[in-house]
Amino acid sequence: MSVDDQLAVKVENVSKVFKLPREKSSSVKDKIISIPRRNKGYEVQRALHDISFEVRKGEFYGIVGKNGGGKSTLLKVISGIYEPSHGNVQVNGKLTPFIELGVGFNPELTGRENIFLNGALLGFNRKEMSKMYKDIVAFAELERFMDQKLKNYSSGMQVRLAFSIAIRAKSDILVMDEVLAVGDAAFQKKCFEIFRDLKKQGRTIILVTHDMGNVERFCDRVLVINEGEQMAVTTPGEASSMYARLNISEAQQESTDKKYQVSKNRLGSGKIKVVKAKTFLRGKPANVFNMGDDFGLELDLKRSAGYETAPLTCGLAFFNEDEVNVIGPNSEAVTLQEGATKVTFTLPNLTLTPGEYGITIALYDKDAPENYYDLLDKWVHFSVVTDHITHGLVEINGTWESDK
Amino acid sequence: MKRLFSKQNRALLSELVRTDFKLRYQGSVLGYAWSLLRPLLLFVILYAVFVVVLKSGGGIPHFPVYLLLGIVIWNFFLEMTSQSLGSIVERGELIRKIRIPRWIIVLSSSISALINLLLNLIVVAVFMLLNHVDLLETSLWLPLILLEVYLLALGFSLFLSAAFVKYRDINYIWEVVLQAGFYMTPILYSITIIPNLTAQKLILLNPLAQAIQDARYSIITHQTQTIYKTFERGPYSLIPFAITSLVIICGTVYFRKQSRYFAENI
Repeated sequence: MSVDDQLAVKVENVSKVFKLPREKSSSVKDKIISIPRRNKGYEVQRALHDISFEVRKGEFYGIVGKNGGGKSTLLKVISGIYEPSHGNVQVNGKLTPFIELGVGFNPELTGRENIFLNGALLGFNRKEMSKMYKDIVAFAELERFMDQKLKNYSSGMQVRLAFSIAIRAKSDILVMDEVLAVGDAAFQKKCFEIFRDLKKQGRTIILVTHDMGNVERFCDRVLVINEGEQMAVTTPGEASSMYARLNISEAQQESTDKKYQVSKNRLGSGKIKVVKAKTFLRGKPANVFNMGDDFGLELDLKRSAGYETAPLTCGLAFFNEDEVNVIGPNSEAVTLQEGATKVTFTLPNLTLTPGEYGITIALYDKDAPENYYDLLDKWVHFSVVTDHITHGLVEINGTWESDK
Repeated sequence: MKRLFSKQNRALLSELVRTDFKLRYQGSVLGYAWSLLRPLLLFVILYAVFVVVLKSGGGIPHFPVYLLLGIVIWNFFLEMTSQSLGSIVERGELIRKIRIPRWIIVLSSSISALINLLLNLIVVAVFMLLNHVDLLETSLWLPLILLEVYLLALGFSLFLSAAFVKYRDINYIWEVVLQAGFYMTPILYSITIIPNLTAQKLILLNPLAQAIQDARYSIITHQTQTIYKTFERGPYSLIPFAITSLVIICGTVYFRKQSRYFAENI
């Protein structure tokens, strides 16, 4: 074994390229016909590019990334299901992949028969399975159903049974792909307990997920991949904010596209108008902020010639993803000159908790608030990220004390 | 070899074979009895057509059993190769999501066929008794002859199952090949009725023809024409064995090479 004794898995410069046939040509005739134009037959898809990382023994290792980013492919390469196109994977110890729960279940067999079949897939013979049988059934809470065919089970029952068998795997390394995504809350709670146990037992676990909560709860280190490229190997906190950024940059792309569409969410007389609104950080336009950053919003207002000169109020409302108005700062009276005026709002030491926000901007007559000049519903979007766990809508500093 | 048949692999193999058997007669009233009933009924038909109606015995003693043995061996080859052919693709779900040795899947369908062969041979034995066939010393050769057929079928199974992953028309081609093979092998007829001696020789070079004739010779009657008689024990009589070896080697090599890409090609 050339793998260091401290390592469970070593992945070196792994790339995976799929050749996807343009038109699925899986017949001999097609093959013969396409010989003269051999290179036209497929599209090359780069699923993974030059990935290298090491998982230490006893580590709870996370792999995160967006959907279609290559996570599952990487998992299959580690598990030996796919052959890497370049590079190599070394595994130290017995590795069991759980790409999906209940693989190999046969609906025509009874629950009992399926337990033995599934056990064999994990490498247990009948004798060993008979010993574990009772525990498996008890854990899955399916005592009454064991002699029924699996096709008569509900999907929840099947998952419970599958998980109950899966956790018996005596592998040194467990590789799991979104196994937690299935099942109800009670089931998930059970899963968490098992994970804690496994972690205590010193097993190596590789978890692929996009649930940052689980990453922060369990993982020691995290690999972030995006579009087949390795972004970083980092702490769960950092990974979670990187992941948020990855998602946001995509969401932002969409929302800027939307911004220039004619919006229905604009009301008001239009006598005074918001021409431009943008968020900025340290003097530069930005739409992702860390908690604690100094948030800035800049508005370009324009008063049409000959209209009101009465002082106006700029009102802002910050809505979170759940449409809750978290803060609503209003300006002092502003008196506009004819032409353009720049108005700036700053929020030092941002205390909003992570998430996506939309700002509604309202310009109205200071003395007659029902009199809108311009009202832009959730016009500007930005997001907040952080590397620690937060709860609630805003973080407010308090102090704790206790007597000795 | 020790690694190949580790405890895990043996457990998996036995469980896959078991599942196969459980599912085979799912929903049928007679269940496992069909494994014995099928060859029995087949025998009745053969007897009626070839012995009673056509009287095509051609002077061969115990012709009905002679016929049955040929059919049983041929059916074993046919069943094993056609079941294995689709086995990898049918278990695509497992291959894409679990890491199990791929060859176990082919081996498990071959063992199912092997078990069926043994059951059929029991029926053959019963008819041998009823037909008062004398027990020949050469019967001891039968296991070796069957091993040859098994290896030949395994070689084809490995090749076909791997090729089927990429080329889905393999099963139609194989059907035709089997159909042709059935008539090119002296199963329903006695090889001696072929007037052209060269054709007779060529037919016997086919490992299945050689094996079926050998099996008949060793357990039913020494009046069977075998390849050794035809070539007077010359070097040509080794050709069927060479073909069998070639098939098993090529099949294994091709399967090993392709199996690395099963998961993405299925």
